[in-house]
Amino acid sequence: MSVPIALLGLLEREPSHGYELKRDYDAYFGRGKALPFGQVYATLGRLARDGKVLPGEVEPGAGPDRKRYAITPIGKSEVETWLDTPIEPEPHLQTVLFEKVVLALMLGRSAEHYLDIQRGTHLQRMRELTELKRSGTAIDALLADHGLFHLEADLRWIDLTAARLDSLTAMVRS
Amino acid sequence: MSASQAADDAGQPAPILEAHDAQLSFGVTPALRGANLALVRGEILAVMGPSGSGKSTLLYCLAGILTPDTGEILFDGQRVDTMGEQERSRLRRDHFGFVFQFGQLVPELTAEENVALPLLLGGASRSRALDAARAWFEPLSLDGLERRRSGELSGGQAQRVALARGLVSRPEVLFADEPTGSLDSLTGEQVMELLVSATRRQGTTVVLVTHEARVAAYADREVVVRDGKANSLSAGRVRS
Ligand SMILES: Nc1ncnc2c1ncn2[C@@H]1O[C@H](COP(=O)(O)OP(=O)(O)OP(=O)(O)O)[C@@H](O)[C@H]1O
Ligand SMILES: [Mg+2]
Repeated sequence: MSVPIALLGLLEREPSHGYELKRDYDAYFGRGKALPFGQVYATLGRLARDGKVLPGEVEPGAGPDRKRYAITPIGKSEVETWLDTPIEPEPHLQTVLFEKVVLALMLGRSAEHYLDIQRGTHLQRMRELTELKRSGTAIDALLADHGLFHLEADLRWIDLTAARLDSLTAMVRS
Repeated sequence: MSASQAADDAGQPAPILEAHDAQLSFGVTPALRGANLALVRGEILAVMGPSGSGKSTLLYCLAGILTPDTGEILFDGQRVDTMGEQERSRLRRDHFGFVFQFGQLVPELTAEENVALPLLLGGASRSRALDAARAWFEPLSLDGLERRRSGELSGGQAQRVALARGLVSRPEVLFADEPTGSLDSLTGEQVMELLVSATRRQGTTVVLVTHEARVAAYADREVVVRDGKANSLSAGRVRS
């Protein structure tokens, strides 16, 4: 998940100051790596230039953090597109899926819907690999099996997450 | 106008098996709360979903074993849910084949007698039924086990015998409920490979209940049952 998408997603909840965005980014998406303030403001500046966020009035006080940013319709549709586009099925996509689930829950959207889209995309890839295994050489089968087992692991995570959405929702939105 | 006719008029192949808003409760437990799906001839459909979501109940309804409380089940355009019990058992015997999770072989009979059973019940002579049954043993790597009592087979062997029994009458539709449920990965794959190659060769339509993605990947598409609801048009479909 790119930093701009993460910030747009967080802004879709409600207009926020840079420090609030940084705090929530670090909590949910940072995975132990804090986002430097400089990058927050640089990103917000670019998003504003591209019409995806709108800076509010300058508020009284000191420091760079005196503006509240709000998402625009263009920004919203970028978040929507990101959520709605299934990820290329390959091993190690768990973190992106994790981010999608967390963001969807935060925004009160159907995380189940995104998991369903991903399940369908994964199964489609597994069908292709199964076909390759059935029609190809023993070496093809060996490679296909490696992919199949990894995709299966993703799918198990997807199913388990889908089954836990209620408790996850309660946690993320508290 | 029935749904199959409608599909005909639209120039698509008519479905061989359909469920329209099928609902079924066991006492106060709702097991199916609206199942909608259609299979065309020769298609392999994987039915997936969490434990207790209603997969087996859906399969039993499609196969005319259970009757939904409301909704319609159609085979080849004919209502199955309104048929009498006799007509339904004839339908199952003449057009359907079954494979269940735990083989469900008759332990006192030999493996070949178990496989021959659907043919014998259909009125075939004993020698013809056994001949047809034996033809399945080699392709399923079961040669030499024809005369073994089925109670003396390993789980994987029994499962393959059950598959042969499900396919021996060359059914139009094969209903398979967790056919690899008790097998290790390798044996499970052998069973799926045989199931797919045999049904493709025979043009058999397959309803395959499984919770395993690697098994479902042998199917043409999947439908996910959740809380007794299924919709083959939208559930989990990949947009291309
Ligand atoms: N004969 C029965 N009597 C009462 N309740 C039943 C009966 N058969 C199924 N149920 C209930 O109906 C619901 C659906 O059961 P079903 O067997 O269709 O689930 P399933 O998806 O096949 O699950 P599994 O993956 O565990 O086999 C469950 O709540 C189950 O307890
Ligand atoms: Mg079941």
